[in-house]
Amino acid sequence: MSDETHPDPEPARVDHGVPVGRGVFLGTVVAGVSSLLWGKAAWDRVSGTVAPVAERLVPVLPSSGWRIYSVAAHLPTFDRATWRLSIGGHVDRPQTLDYAALLELPRVEQVSTFHCVTGWTVRNVRWAGVRINDVIGPAKPRAGAGALHFVSAEKPYDDYLTLQQAQLADVLLAYEMDGKPLSRGHGAPLRLVIPDMYGYKNVKWLERIDVVPRVHDGYWEALGYDRDAWVGHSNGYGA
Amino acid sequence: MSYVRRFSRTERLFHWVNAAFFFTLLVTGLVLYLPSLEVAFGRRTLVKDVHFWTGVSWPCALLLVALAGDRRGLRRTAADLDRFDRDDFRWLTGRHAPQGRFNAGQKLNATLTAALTVLFVVSGLLLWFGERDTRLRFASTVVLHDGLAFAAFALLLGHLYLALIHPATRHALRGITVGSVSEEWAHRHHGKWSPD
Repeated sequence: MSDETHPDPEPARVDHGVPVGRGVFLGTVVAGVSSLLWGKAAWDRVSGTVAPVAERLVPVLPSSGWRIYSVAAHLPTFDRATWRLSIGGHVDRPQTLDYAALLELPRVEQVSTFHCVTGWTVRNVRWAGVRINDVIGPAKPRAGAGALHFVSAEKPYDDYLTLQQAQLADVLLAYEMDGKPLSRGHGAPLRLVIPDMYGYKNVKWLERIDVVPRVHDGYWEALGYDRDAWVGHSNGYGA
Repeated sequence: MSYVRRFSRTERLFHWVNAAFFFTLLVTGLVLYLPSLEVAFGRRTLVKDVHFWTGVSWPCALLLVALAGDRRGLRRTAADLDRFDRDDFRWLTGRHAPQGRFNAGQKLNATLTAALTVLFVVSGLLLWFGERDTRLRFASTVVLHDGLAFAAFALLLGHLYLALIHPATRHALRGITVGSVSEEWAHRHHGKWSPD
């Protein structure tokens, strides 16, 4: 086992070997770079099998597909007693809703897919919440209103939708996700859900909605992202 | 007990600079990646900046060590890691075969680590600049960067086990800390290696 006194049976012919390392190196680099073209499709195909196993083995992994992105130093903390949603701007009757009043509004449920502009996707998310009209309507928007300004408690995160975009059938103000109250990382207690647009338009930690004449750049648009963030048709995708 | 030199000062510095950058990137990367850490720690923009600039400095620091240190020695080591002889192939198939200064597993680990480093830097730069220029935005960049992290983490676990825990191999740790290993150990594990 131990002593290798004379390792080479033919000392005259020294085996210098073949340069395999550079092949492995280049092959790995080429395979990795090429995965920029097929990686997401491949992962989408196997993630249905891999993710549940990974989630059981290592529960802290984001196996369900969700990542938590934030812009402020600390995520806002939801306090049921003090939380308010205010509706203002170009309206006749500004409103303030507390959490109990929010839950009393007509409840709707929907299952939709969430796409992040950075490439990850979560399918079949079960949302529950309220339609925007049920929240905005009582405030009586004035003539000339053309857009909504969604303001997050996480400063300086905000974004805009045109009224037309906000009226899409599956746009929701969600307070539940997958059967549980919205968690802190997902924007507790209330977030905007607009499945046809990338995640950055789905403002989390909502604390104010202002009715405004027209859209402006929100937080991410000021950093170069598209105002109309249609999934697959914006931000350089599907151009 | 007599000792033989396994790693030069340059090689050890190269290793530990790489390790320091890798661990900083691993920790900041985990905060960015794991939802529980993100919620607990927050400060995403700060962590992201630290992660990005550490990643950019990583290859620069390694290049600096290589340029300022013993370049010829590093080249010789690289050539050594590159070449696989018949004993290396035998060793890789699980049979007993005498090994040189590096066994075939160490050669593969070094090669893969180098390739992963290149891919980390490329995909990391694409993530960063893809946020600023849609032409550099690919839907698969984040899949690649995450996949690399898992691959590198697996290699790291194996590396740490062999270097710190496995009784037969952990003596090798001496080589990368103080530079030398016992002659008897070298003879037993790296029979074809003749230290200079």
